[in-house]
Amino acid sequence: MAFIKRNVNGSRRSPFAAVLVVAAGLALTGGGYAATTAAVASTQPVSAAASAAQTEEGRKLFLANCASCHGKAAEGSAVAPSLIGVGAASVDFQVGTGRMPGQASGPQLEKKPVQFTEEQTAAMAAYVASLAPGPAIPTEEMLATNGDSTRGGELFRINCAMCHNAVGAGGALTEGKYAPALKGVTEKHIYEAMVTGPQNMPVFNDANLTPKDKKDIITYLKFVESNPSAGGYELANLGPVVEGLFTWVFILGFIIAITIWLGAKSN
Amino acid sequence: MSDKKSLAKASAQEVEHDYATGLAVVAPDAVQNPGMEPHRERMTDKSVKHEKAAARQVAAFFIASIVGSIYSIYAYFAFPLTEELGTVRNNTLFLGLGITLGLLGIGIGAVHWAKTLMPDAEVSEARHQTRGTEDVRARAIEIIKLAENESGFTRRKLIRRSLYGALALFPIPAIFFFGDMNPNKDPQALLRHTMWKKGTRLTKDPNGLPIKASDVTIGSVFHVIPEGLTELHHGKLEEKAKAAVLLVRLDPADLKESAERKSWSYDGIVAYSKICTHVGCPVALYEQHTHHLLCPCHQSTFDVTDECKVVFGPASRPLPQLPITVDAEGYLVAQSDFTEPVGPSFWER
Repeated sequence: MAFIKRNVNGSRRSPFAAVLVVAAGLALTGGGYAATTAAVASTQPVSAAASAAQTEEGRKLFLANCASCHGKAAEGSAVAPSLIGVGAASVDFQVGTGRMPGQASGPQLEKKPVQFTEEQTAAMAAYVASLAPGPAIPTEEMLATNGDSTRGGELFRINCAMCHNAVGAGGALTEGKYAPALKGVTEKHIYEAMVTGPQNMPVFNDANLTPKDKKDIITYLKFVESNPSAGGYELANLGPVVEGLFTWVFILGFIIAITIWLGAKSN
Repeated sequence: MSDKKSLAKASAQEVEHDYATGLAVVAPDAVQNPGMEPHRERMTDKSVKHEKAAARQVAAFFIASIVGSIYSIYAYFAFPLTEELGTVRNNTLFLGLGITLGLLGIGIGAVHWAKTLMPDAEVSEARHQTRGTEDVRARAIEIIKLAENESGFTRRKLIRRSLYGALALFPIPAIFFFGDMNPNKDPQALLRHTMWKKGTRLTKDPNGLPIKASDVTIGSVFHVIPEGLTELHHGKLEEKAKAAVLLVRLDPADLKESAERKSWSYDGIVAYSKICTHVGCPVALYEQHTHHLLCPCHQSTFDVTDECKVVFGPASRPLPQLPITVDAEGYLVAQSDFTEPVGPSFWER
């Protein structure tokens, strides 16, 4: 794969200038957009971090690596969806977890080693975000795991646990698809998945789960990840089938062995 | 040893019991008693060295039990339960291991002792006849007749018949008790109606906040409860179990709606009962691209684009659809209750 390498020279402009430019852009495009459409809370205009140079680099990376499926203008094709309006969060999730670029078609595109550097991913995210407003990459503050894990647990059980399992161990869907395990997934990627609904996952926009709800859910997931199971060895957290199998094979086996020993004559 | 042998001889004599009073049919070709297997001496019987080793092993098991019991006391203090949830794990594990060793040590030691060191001579004990002798049987009849005579059971008709009446009536109250366990006089009414009625707002589970149609973007899934459910003082779970709804927005072009259901959706937003029509599990595994709704219990799969018809699995009916619209403020509301009973089939459906 031919990656286009290029140094992003951030020192040419002062950060203050960028803020001014973006503020002006927001007033013009964002304000106009909000006036004409019923904007959903999570869709924000172009991320504040995006600069013209970064967007341009992102466009080149996109053309070299993504356009064969997603189209030259990200308009989509028979094999891949349009990326207009999916937002920076979607690119950051798909590329940042290695799901994109896709390797082979199948029931589900799986997590694999990440193909791009963080800078390249950010550039592509900036490019896709520049096409149309979409969910932005969450800020550090939105991802801090200092929320209410009890409340997060309740929300997780109502909205997520049916597919991802009550403690995020993952589970099967139809025809070879599955909800992946959430252990070890970064806070940022969990947040982005909720906002963008990758692949067959539904979207949980900010009207459904507010940023505070999402923070609580992430807090809960990180809590169960870092706290050992009170019930001992988890057996992959897959629930009664695995636990039952363990009991039938090992515990019952032990009882049978004891019974045979009890009945056997001593030599 | 000699004691054991004389005991064995005594029980062997018992085998030659007198069958004269019995009813046993003795077949001429009955299986012959093969007799006792020859006694096999154990190593502990043959060598003093093995005997002593076995005795040491038994003692070792008992000492292991002592160690286990003391360890469990130590573990109780060494792995205390604190505010942190994870401490339960080590506390239970090590306390349990100590108690296990304490009990298994005694058990295994006792069995090992019995198997290796206690006498193991084979003994046979014959089974007794079950039928009593004629004398005993005659005496029993005599006692029954005497009791009948003295109580006057046959003679005193009033007492006898009133007792029959009492015995016949005492189970009757149970019919009422068990009858009352049915929560509703008419279970059908209970199953046919939910909290939804015309104008009930669709609200989010668990906080009960109303949902604007514009909040439901394409691909979104909302887990919905009827407005007012969170304020119920009793029967909240029963009502939730019937009224839970899944709200999804699709591209209106993807929806295949029959003529009479055209008005049940709002701009691609559809609401379906979350209670599986197979055995009532919550159906909530929604796949955004295939628009399939999967039940986690038995893999019944419903097609949300096609009025939630069953495309796979044991469910035999589509999920009931909740007719929805928006009110003046833009919030989603129900047009009516479900038009069919939610949940699994029942006889009268």
